[in-house]
Amino acid sequence: MTGFGRFGRLVLIGIPFLWLGLFFLTPLLIVVKISLAHSAIGIPPYTPLVASQNGRPALHASLANFVLLARDDLYLRAYLGSLGYAAASTLLCLLIGYPMALAIARAPAVWRQLLLFLVVLPFWSSFLIRVYAWIAILQPNGLLNRVLLACHLISNPLPLLNNRFSVELGLVYSYLPFMILPIYGSLAALDQSLIEAAADLGAGPWRQFVGIILPLSLPGVVAGSFLVFVPAVGEFVIPDLLGGPDTLMIGKVLWDEFFENHDWPVAAAVAVVLIAALALPILYAQRLLDREPAA
Amino acid sequence: MTRSNSGVAFRLGTLLFGFAFLYAPIALLVVYSFNASRLVAVWAGFSTQWYGALLADDQFRNAAATSLEVATMAASLALVLGTLGGFAMARFTRFWGRRLFGFALLAPLVVPEIILGLSLLLFFVASHELIGWPAGRGVLTITIAHASFGASFVAVLVRAQLALFDRSLEEAALDLGARPWAVLARVTLPGIRPALISGWLLAFTLSLDDLVVASFVTGPSATTLPMAVFSSVRPGVSPEVNALATVFLGVVFVVVAAAFALMARQQRRYPRSL
Repeated sequence: MTGFGRFGRLVLIGIPFLWLGLFFLTPLLIVVKISLAHSAIGIPPYTPLVASQNGRPALHASLANFVLLARDDLYLRAYLGSLGYAAASTLLCLLIGYPMALAIARAPAVWRQLLLFLVVLPFWSSFLIRVYAWIAILQPNGLLNRVLLACHLISNPLPLLNNRFSVELGLVYSYLPFMILPIYGSLAALDQSLIEAAADLGAGPWRQFVGIILPLSLPGVVAGSFLVFVPAVGEFVIPDLLGGPDTLMIGKVLWDEFFENHDWPVAAAVAVVLIAALALPILYAQRLLDREPAA
Repeated sequence: MTRSNSGVAFRLGTLLFGFAFLYAPIALLVVYSFNASRLVAVWAGFSTQWYGALLADDQFRNAAATSLEVATMAASLALVLGTLGGFAMARFTRFWGRRLFGFALLAPLVVPEIILGLSLLLFFVASHELIGWPAGRGVLTITIAHASFGASFVAVLVRAQLALFDRSLEEAALDLGARPWAVLARVTLPGIRPALISGWLLAFTLSLDDLVVASFVTGPSATTLPMAVFSSVRPGVSPEVNALATVFLGVVFVVVAAAFALMARQQRRYPRSL
């Protein structure tokens, strides 16, 4: 729509731009700034980047925090741990989510809306509560162990909680809808006449799937994988509630660095490295959102 | 024939398994909230005692009031900012810094919340050092943080609906002599009302649900509901939280179902606006 004039455009674009600049872009720059400072006792608990020295301002930037991240293998193991957890949960979401998306796309039209609604509904309920719900199921005297004991399938309770299994389960459970929706989107847009043509030419269901359905739904698979992978890498709630002492994920390390150790500069440095590691996937996921605004 | 039957059975089985996985834990939580026993998985009879305990718990009540206050303000602010941002991206194809604008508008959707929280806290601290604002951290700082990421979600919805909006309605109004601002207020905004309603609701529930960002940017004066829930479930299962979760889920499901029904009705009445 045209005709707003210079002032109108300034208001319509300027207000959100100013807000985003102030409360999103500036804070990211400040994280970088504080990652170069030293931890100090006081309020705020870090040294200023520019301090006056002999009456002249001097720059006090140091890469000590990044050197610490590189030296102490806790951080490296936590970054790699997060990537491992995220990659495994992305794969599991794909293995569960793809057949579900396909089944929804093939369902009778009257059912499709309801099924999609059921996939979206968990988005609207509390993430924290849905993660917490698993504790009652997985704990040593929890429901799953009791059922297995009652069926005489096991003789002692299995360690299901506070380990790799429970964290992985929590990640898959929480992020599964992010995988189903984009795959469903590309399956729903698929031209049915291609499949009919293949069937007419004698292709069986398996060849139809491998030759047509799978390649044409790849954009949805890629989008869903990024939407699961990126937030899973930075996850904190799931490793904290469902993980154990040996669960190493970088989101939890950052949280502890900040809230337990009160070392703000190291926490900022952890964040900077995390942003750098996720920059490419974030830019890519953002482009996907940009291209398909119907998310 | 048998092949297609087995196909149907496989798809039905997939859906049953998938939705059981998604919904069983929530359903169990609801069941446990009526359990007389403090121990989970030991059914000691039906009881509503945890709901009574919940009502009597000042900590949860205050946290719920704080969360509702923050969520209402943050969602309203997010609605305004997100609508402006989505409108600017959809309708102004050339302006200075449009790429940066588009990046900043959508990035909060994919940047880990732990980074959003830390960066905003460091910003608020630095800003307090520099100009004395904000004076303290609490409801105001959480509201700003939630409005920021809520606006991103609103912008996506608004932009998607504007892309489908029939521009000839706007052009007709302009041809008939309406001013651009009047067209925006009386043609465009009513036309994208479903996006505005679902955008506000989404920003509201995201704010109500957020633990990580609020934990970073809050001060000693404000505790939100997720923060209260988190500190009481960290040591283990709490029956009061089960009751709270059931109330929360009930309210959310009713509101979301009503919003969907409303939008479906509007879709039937004005199919072109969608």
